[in-house]
Amino acid sequence: MTAAIELSGVNKSFGSSRILEDIALSVPEGSRTVVVGSSGSGKTTLLRLISGFELPDSGTISVLGRTVAGPGAAVAAHRRGIGFVAQDGALFPHLTVGQNIAFGLGPALRGGTRKQRARAVSELLEMVSLRPDFAARRPDELSGGQQQRVALARALARQPRVMLLDEPFSSLDAGLRAATRDIVAETLERVGITTVLVTHDQAEAMSFAHQLAVLRDGNLCQVGPPREVYWRPVDLFTARFLGDAVVLPATISDGFAACALGTVAVAPTSLRGDACIMLRPEQIMVEHCESGGADSAASCTGQVEAVDFYGPEVQLAVRLFCVGAPASGFPQSPGTQSPGTQSPGTLVHVRQHGTMGTVVGSRVSLTARGTATAFAARP
Amino acid sequence: MIPAAPPTAKPAPDPSDTGRGAVAETGATGLAGRTDAAGRVGKRPSPFIVAAAVTVSVLGLLPLGYVIVTGILTGWPTLSALVFRPRVGELLLNTIGLVVITVPLTAAIGVAAAWLVGRTSLRGHRVFAVLLATPLAVPAFVNSYGWVSAVPSLNGLWSGVLIATLSYFPLVYLPCVAALRRLDPTVEEAAESLGSGAWGVFFRVILPQLRLPILGGALLVGLHLLSEYGAFAMIRFDTFTTAIVEQYRSTFNGPAANALAGVLVLLCLFLLIGESGARGRSRYARIGSGVARVTPRRSLRAFTPVGYLFLGGLFALAIGVPFWSVIRWLYQGGAIVWTDAVLVQALLQTVGYGLVGAAVTCVLAFPVAFLAVRYPSRLSRGLESVNYLTSSLPGIVTALALVTISIRFVQPLYQTTVLVIVTYLLMFLPRALVNLRAGLAQVPVGLEEAARSLGKHPFAAFLSVTTRFFAPSALAAGALVFLGIVTELTATLLLAPSGTRTLAIQFWSKVNDINYVGAAPYALLMIVLSLPVTYLLFARSRLTSVS
Repeated sequence: MTAAIELSGVNKSFGSSRILEDIALSVPEGSRTVVVGSSGSGKTTLLRLISGFELPDSGTISVLGRTVAGPGAAVAAHRRGIGFVAQDGALFPHLTVGQNIAFGLGPALRGGTRKQRARAVSELLEMVSLRPDFAARRPDELSGGQQQRVALARALARQPRVMLLDEPFSSLDAGLRAATRDIVAETLERVGITTVLVTHDQAEAMSFAHQLAVLRDGNLCQVGPPREVYWRPVDLFTARFLGDAVVLPATISDGFAACALGTVAVAPTSLRGDACIMLRPEQIMVEHCESGGADSAASCTGQVEAVDFYGPEVQLAVRLFCVGAPASGFPQSPGTQSPGTQSPGTLVHVRQHGTMGTVVGSRVSLTARGTATAFAARP
Repeated sequence: MIPAAPPTAKPAPDPSDTGRGAVAETGATGLAGRTDAAGRVGKRPSPFIVAAAVTVSVLGLLPLGYVIVTGILTGWPTLSALVFRPRVGELLLNTIGLVVITVPLTAAIGVAAAWLVGRTSLRGHRVFAVLLATPLAVPAFVNSYGWVSAVPSLNGLWSGVLIATLSYFPLVYLPCVAALRRLDPTVEEAAESLGSGAWGVFFRVILPQLRLPILGGALLVGLHLLSEYGAFAMIRFDTFTTAIVEQYRSTFNGPAANALAGVLVLLCLFLLIGESGARGRSRYARIGSGVARVTPRRSLRAFTPVGYLFLGGLFALAIGVPFWSVIRWLYQGGAIVWTDAVLVQALLQTVGYGLVGAAVTCVLAFPVAFLAVRYPSRLSRGLESVNYLTSSLPGIVTALALVTISIRFVQPLYQTTVLVIVTYLLMFLPRALVNLRAGLAQVPVGLEEAARSLGKHPFAAFLSVTTRFFAPSALAAGALVFLGIVTELTATLLLAPSGTRTLAIQFWSKVNDINYVGAAPYALLMIVLSLPVTYLLFARSRLTSVS
């Protein structure tokens, strides 16, 4: 697969503040790439650079093999042929839905007869799962999700091969967001358009992306398939940004880590000695243990100190008893998870199904499953 | 330069309220809803307030009623003989020609200037933004005087068009500048991403979204053209208004003047209906709530000199020419023109009329505004509309009506200051109304309720909380009325007690005596008095664009 969008060495500053630093990103043709970052990380600027509303200070951007920004090249936004859907849709308030969609079709002569245009509009509406009679409505008569879908249809009307989406779902409420996202993803998939979406919502990013790019303070810290980035983040920032993480000090040898939870397989296997490991909470099984004492190598017991109720599941704060295993490596190491040096054991936050009825003071056993990610740095 | 207002239930397209009451409207319903639900303010307003509002509005209906009643009393045969004659046809042609040529011209110039100032990277766009609002401080008849001084041969339709365009284009320019700042830049970017270049974006996206401010401004220009007397009399260009004044002067109060007034009122109504028809029901609300980003300014590149030439030329023609003439006459007159004893008297009298008129108008506008914001109902909307309608009638008609009515029914009032103030009240009430209404609507009722929950009497709560918030709006309202009165000529000429010497009247009598030198100090004083208010108007149009 060739790259539809290629950024290399892209820098951008506004005044004295550096927004993007040496960005290199390659988006394969026909795929969906999501740039995820907290607000102020520069992700919207990145999108505006690709669309042509801003020009980079240095570096080159090429779209479909054509250099659109770089030394000696600066193609204006309206000549790039890139579809763009803004955060709130940016529908023209003075036009109907149909006129909005037909806006990019060009003058009547070039765009065909009135009938052909009307048919094109209906087809586009259908493509984004809206009824054809929506064409006569005005934008302010639509819900947020419908506005977003009209904006997508409008951008699709010009049959772009590249589509940029700037937090298109963030203004929608939770239920509508998932539905709209699915429709948009499915539509883009069907037409085979290369898509870049930026968002601050990790769940949305992971479900939408073929390729995930994590942006932090103007730097891309990791680019890869969502599963890889989630399970094998390159650093703790990325790990914590994409979801909850249980981080424990550990001693690593031969691909296994000795930590507060016992012995856990780790990746990368090349790492040795003192390190820290990261487990996702869903990797840790929690079970009541009246008998006390767990036998598995990768498990230990602890006492529940707090229970937070979230509906389908609860989050437990568990103080571990078995400090023995890693004690050799880390004599009372005060990690981020263990407050105070005098505490008897590490405190970890884990999740459990809400049906288990765990209360404060319960004794539980924790078992780690799967492979943890190891980092050379201590937490 | 008189931002009158059209008779719509919505606040008028006054340059100071370029939001066309969007804020006021949503605010009003929101407040009322909460109040009703809580049931604490009570659904019925105090009878005193209702009575005051109704009285003001009934007073406002007098001029229109007068035109209709005299029409009926005169009888059709006499009336048709007075209306269907060549002279009226000539006036009609002149007046309609003036409106048809000037209104599109002011609209085009106003929009172009607003775009250059608001959207291009021309250096000094901030300074130009203020400078192009200053023609509002020069009364049209002073502008006309300046131009006639510079080019004595000016007369007829095209001269009228020139002077009127230069005097009135800010009425379109100001609301357009404010609206441009409010447009959502992401919408323009969307158009770019759909393949539109700079021109395409302007004509397909920006211009359509400016429709409401353009229409509102154009209506104001039209109403001004219909009601202006001095500017056109100076260049011997006859319109209905100049003809009515002449007629009134020669026959005092003949049915001929009334018949002309009737036709003039019909023209006004025609404009009003036309505007509201063109406006339709559309409201270009900004959709969504995306992050507001400052719209980048465009470079004009090769056209940069053209941009400077346009803005600089416009300013030179609209302000430079009248100023240069005034300065020239003052220089010619030397120190002696300033020794005119009447000068100080006229200044004091004008300021006095302005202050009293502004105070009375604001106080009497308050009940109407209060009802409209806090108790929206058919009654309050009706009262508001009546007042907008009255003020769109030319001052000459209002003056004519009040003269006749006072002579017939309240003789003691004839030729008194009270009658002058009442005329000002009827002419300028909507200016106050628009501002008071917007100010009141922005005060959260919750604050007043909080004060009451802390043990304050409702009236005390209103005084201590609400008045604080809407004081700036009340000040702006007063200032606008003041500006209108200081530069008012036509109605004052007809109504003022003999011996009245306002700046405008003194200026006019000097000009009629062909004493252009003697008129210059009065012209300068009027401009100086108006300038601060004009700046206030400009600043407020920016404010509303931010909120």
